[in-house]
Amino acid sequence: MTAAADGHATTLTIATVNNGDMIRMQGYTDDFTEKTGHQVEWVTLEENVLRQRVTTDITTKGGAFDLMTIGMYEAPIWGANGWLVPLDDLSADYDVGDILPAMAGGLSHEGTLYAAPFYGESSMIMYRTDLMEAAGLEMPDAPTWDFVRQAAAAMTDKDNEQYGICLRGKAGWGEGGAFITAMSNSFGARWFDMDWKPQFDTEAWANTLNFYKGMMDESGPAGYATNGFNENLNLFQQGKCGMWIDATVAASFVTNPNDSQVADSVGFALAPDTGLGKRSNWLWAWALGIPAGTQKADAAKEFIEWATGKAYIEMVAANEGWANVPPGARQSLYDNPNYQEVPFAQMTLDSILSADPADSTVDPSPYVGIQFAAIPEFAGIATLVSQEFSAAYAGQQTVEEALEKAQAIATEEMEAAGY
Amino acid sequence: MATAHSRTAARYMMAPAVTLLLGWMLVPLVMTLYFSFSDYRPLRGVFEPWVGFENYVRFWNSSSFADSVQTTLILVAAVLVITVALGILLAMLLNEPIWGQGIVRILVISPFFVMPTVSALVWKNMMLDPNNGIFSHIWRFFGAVPHDFLSQSPLFSIILILSWQWLPFATLILLTAIQSLDSEQLEAAEMDGAPPLARFWFLILPHLGRAITIVVLIQTIFLLSIFAEIFVTTGGAFGTRTLSYLVFQRIVESQNIGLGSAGGIFAVIVANIVAIFLMRIVGKNLDA
Repeated sequence: MTAAADGHATTLTIATVNNGDMIRMQGYTDDFTEKTGHQVEWVTLEENVLRQRVTTDITTKGGAFDLMTIGMYEAPIWGANGWLVPLDDLSADYDVGDILPAMAGGLSHEGTLYAAPFYGESSMIMYRTDLMEAAGLEMPDAPTWDFVRQAAAAMTDKDNEQYGICLRGKAGWGEGGAFITAMSNSFGARWFDMDWKPQFDTEAWANTLNFYKGMMDESGPAGYATNGFNENLNLFQQGKCGMWIDATVAASFVTNPNDSQVADSVGFALAPDTGLGKRSNWLWAWALGIPAGTQKADAAKEFIEWATGKAYIEMVAANEGWANVPPGARQSLYDNPNYQEVPFAQMTLDSILSADPADSTVDPSPYVGIQFAAIPEFAGIATLVSQEFSAAYAGQQTVEEALEKAQAIATEEMEAAGY
Repeated sequence: MATAHSRTAARYMMAPAVTLLLGWMLVPLVMTLYFSFSDYRPLRGVFEPWVGFENYVRFWNSSSFADSVQTTLILVAAVLVITVALGILLAMLLNEPIWGQGIVRILVISPFFVMPTVSALVWKNMMLDPNNGIFSHIWRFFGAVPHDFLSQSPLFSIILILSWQWLPFATLILLTAIQSLDSEQLEAAEMDGAPPLARFWFLILPHLGRAITIVVLIQTIFLLSIFAEIFVTTGGAFGTRTLSYLVFQRIVESQNIGLGSAGGIFAVIVANIVAIFLMRIVGKNLDA
């Protein structure tokens, strides 16, 4: 019996991010309404704005949303504060055990799941096979940063708007801040030592930033200091990037011939390393969580089961092909022979499996998270720090000045937070 | 002449509006003041109602504070100079009898009706983008390397966007003022042999004094709290963080309500200092 039939139909207000997979989900809302009787009102926002809106709403107990799209940074912190409804009573059909352990772990606090992954991602190299071939190089499955820099230089032809590599440089912790943090792990850097003392005054951070800036100045597009995920996606789809290291979910967009001019010549490889034992790939999930104050928790759980369950994946596959299903959340997807034929499926899984949020740095660190440190102060600190980095990328200050300021900012904030 | 009775009635009738207005202004201000003396960090679950002037000291001593005040003042001054100067020029041109005058005037004024977020997005993606922007195509057409406006000349870019937005307002006010100028005076000056520059300097400009004052005062009020254009284009990076943007970062991004509120009170104080300064310097024109 549907909820409509037994008189409990309601309207759910859901905050979501304007990523391709989420927009696609909105198109299937009628299917959810048909099955459950519940209506859905969407509030679709750009990533940074969404994060600010839902954070403000949950901390002030605003009650504007019945479901929120959140990530691995928020879920454990909010779960620990009792701000999210625990997802420990989902139905047997939903099969919680099928969720990839890396995803479930990142969205849990003390073993309790607080948000269900709609899709999961790591990051990897997406590259132009034709340009790589023309440069006389062959991309290894697990390249080093030195190889990437060399290949980027070989593929660059700035006069013809051909850039060897496109990477995020945009200020903001979820943009350039996330990328450089993941990259720094492979150079042996970390945000804090075991006493929570910021580490920007170390050689490892100087190496990371100098390498990044050197490579991007040589082979990156003009204005890379203001490029984030969407800007780089556009550049890659226009055929202007030889390589792009970013979220694995982008693979379906760059290989979709409707959107990408280079759809038939894209290859994939693991994010690079420097031989120190850590790669520069991250781990993230966009997930659905229920704020503790909502009166519609039961309906919200029905929505979670619909949107993040196996049936939804099959529905999208039937309508739009396997390459377009939300990836990275469930083991059963990667066991499916149909999905195994998707060119980026295995590399996505390998990238996800090689990322460990509990052990992301070469030297030990006190925090959980790969492209972030899961403490409430991190978002604010990382935004300020990434602004200093972006100013260095833009040539407004030296790398040394940027790191000096980053160290001062992080030290001041951590002291104020009581560490 | 109003009787005591009618004055009392007027007070009663105005009371709801006055109360509403006071509440509208006072409640947020009092709450900001209250939070500015507390340690309020909701993500940490911390709320200590009284920590004295700790937040004020910390905000004042942070390296970003002085920079943000300087950025705010540069931005406001630059936009005022550009919009007033170009506004006078445009107003004088639009006052001349030209073919299609009505349509030209509407076109000149139209940027004022575009929402700040939309205009910032358009400028960022269509005009200033170093790869796909119109300016970069013009640069390449002339064989030059495209300039990356938002990271190489960030403050200039934001001043450009704001000037584009506020120029119509200045033009409109100044055009109205020019139209009220007695044409016989101008004709008499011309017959007496006064050159165009002298006519502008001694007749038109003094006549525009009051209008310029209004433009400066109103624009300053809005420009001191400019936000959307910075949020969309640079996110406060590259030295474009104004005082109001810094307050936003402290409250929303750092989730430190106490510290951000102290910054908010500083912003109110800075705005009042600027307002008093302006009223002293240019406000004299309003007395006439």
